[in-house]
Amino acid sequence: MSAVVQARGLSKRYGANVALDNVNLDIEAGRIVGLVGPNGAGKTTALKAILGLAEFDGELSVLGLNPRTQRTELMQHVCFIADVAVLPRWMRVSEAVEFVGGVHPRFSREKCLAFLARTKIQPTQRVRELSKGMIVQLHLALVMAIDAKLLVLDEPTLGLDILYRKEFYQSLIGDYFDDEKTILVTTHQIEEVEHILTDLLFIRDGKIILNATMDDVGERFAEVMVNPDKAESARTLKPIYERQIFGKSIFLFDGVDRARLAELGELHKPSVADLFVATMKGTYA
Amino acid sequence: MNAGSIGNNPAFSPANKFAWLIKREFWEYRGAFLRTPIIIAGVMLALVTIALLIAEATAQRHGINVSGVHLDQLVNNMSAEQLEKFRNGLSVGLIGLCFPISVGLFFVLFSYGTGALYNDRADRSVLFWKSLPISDTQTVLAKVVTAMFVAPTLAVLGVIAMQLGFLILMTLWSALHGINPLPLWAPSYLIALWIKLVAMIPLNALWALPSLGWLLLVSSFVRSKPFLWALLVPVTAGMLVSMFKLTQELSLTSGWFWWNVVLRVLTSFIPGSWTWLDSNDLKAFAHDDPAAMANLLSFDAFGHLLASPNLWIGAALGAAMIAGAIYFRRQRTESYA
Repeated sequence: MSAVVQARGLSKRYGANVALDNVNLDIEAGRIVGLVGPNGAGKTTALKAILGLAEFDGELSVLGLNPRTQRTELMQHVCFIADVAVLPRWMRVSEAVEFVGGVHPRFSREKCLAFLARTKIQPTQRVRELSKGMIVQLHLALVMAIDAKLLVLDEPTLGLDILYRKEFYQSLIGDYFDDEKTILVTTHQIEEVEHILTDLLFIRDGKIILNATMDDVGERFAEVMVNPDKAESARTLKPIYERQIFGKSIFLFDGVDRARLAELGELHKPSVADLFVATMKGTYA
Repeated sequence: MNAGSIGNNPAFSPANKFAWLIKREFWEYRGAFLRTPIIIAGVMLALVTIALLIAEATAQRHGINVSGVHLDQLVNNMSAEQLEKFRNGLSVGLIGLCFPISVGLFFVLFSYGTGALYNDRADRSVLFWKSLPISDTQTVLAKVVTAMFVAPTLAVLGVIAMQLGFLILMTLWSALHGINPLPLWAPSYLIALWIKLVAMIPLNALWALPSLGWLLLVSSFVRSKPFLWALLVPVTAGMLVSMFKLTQELSLTSGWFWWNVVLRVLTSFIPGSWTWLDSNDLKAFAHDDPAAMANLLSFDAFGHLLASPNLWIGAALGAAMIAGAIYFRRQRTESYA
């Protein structure tokens, strides 16, 4: 089994703006990959290239197919939820289920109706009568009923309250994900997805600046809470980030020997959010 | 992996996919395609009813005499020749009844064409459609077939229903006056008329191709306001041609340009618009001659149209613009409205 996504020298410019800068990337099957980056870093551009929605330079293969020339075939095996509320507002729920069943060879009507039965959504309702959260539930029910190999989620829970957000990721992991499937997700609510991710991709200014499994992240990065008297010696170990809390300093280290760090203070596993802030500092400056 | 494998969905077959795309168009535009002809037919029949009631009220008071003969006798004493004329007149009248629905269809198709590849970009639902295994060619062709055949067929059904309603009203009115209503229902002319209406669907569709192609091209290309672009580009072109007399080089008048380009692109959706746009012959309309009017929609006239370069050049240009629309459908996923 080759990589689900394989990119070599993937580049994309919008005029003078470089959205993707010579990106090399491999995503294996059975992973849940978080693509994280500040606004304008190239996340959406990368997803659009993978989905065959935008031209690009370089080589890109998704499930062994070229997303630009073999898009229709690719879409039999790839699903995506682009953002909240992109379902057509005029459509009835029953029509959406029927239509996807009519055009998608890998869709299961029974599965979709079973997912919908767990919600308050009625078949006769139109999408415009549903709340934002219910629209996402409907979209997720449609997508989870498709036996696809790759699911791409671009800010799928933007603007939803925490109940819908939790439920969204719980359904995804509990009822959908298995080791034959791959999920690629971008979101700004990193805290909510970090426990389900297997891989982390940080993107900044069109470049992948971190590409690691979550296990690697735990081994490579460490956060240490240091008393003021040891702060100077901590700084000599070149922390990648420093912040103050309750008169103590918290340092984030990349690839520094744990035994040495333990001498300075209490060791923690950094959260992805802290790691993100540390790696992206100066982005908007 | 085997990308070409058939999936696990029993409801799916590739042949049905296109039918689902057409069904989708119908769902989205059900109101415009179905309700427009029904409402217009209802209004027309109501108007006819009111006119009959007013005529009744007037006749009760004064009695209607035509050239000294009472109306009842007039109809009852018709010779075969007069009856033939009467049916010609009735045919023209029944065709005339189509006109409001035709104009309704024109507005429906004009707004359908400008919105078909634009509205889903404006509300971003294009991202949902593009997440399904449907090619851009299939998407655009489904819209072409819908505009060429689905909406016009529903309009023709509306026309036939309205004509039947009209004949029923006339029958009731005749019965009220002791006039034999049977000539109204002579199958020879009614069926001939309906065959013509149905035969005209593909003719009108071919004739409307440049209009449809233009609207779909604009709809797939512009970032905002497709309706204005669709309207203003041909009209501005016409005004420039008139102002600078650009067509003189080709020894054509600017009137030719307005007639064969501007109006052709903008109004070809009106069913039967070729009767005036192609032949340039408005004599029948001017002379108010029922026989000549009836002749406009004869099979001879259809044959004449099929031999007209205007039809085929327009259809070819329309097909080219549809190809352009498919190209831009692929390129543009978002509008910036």
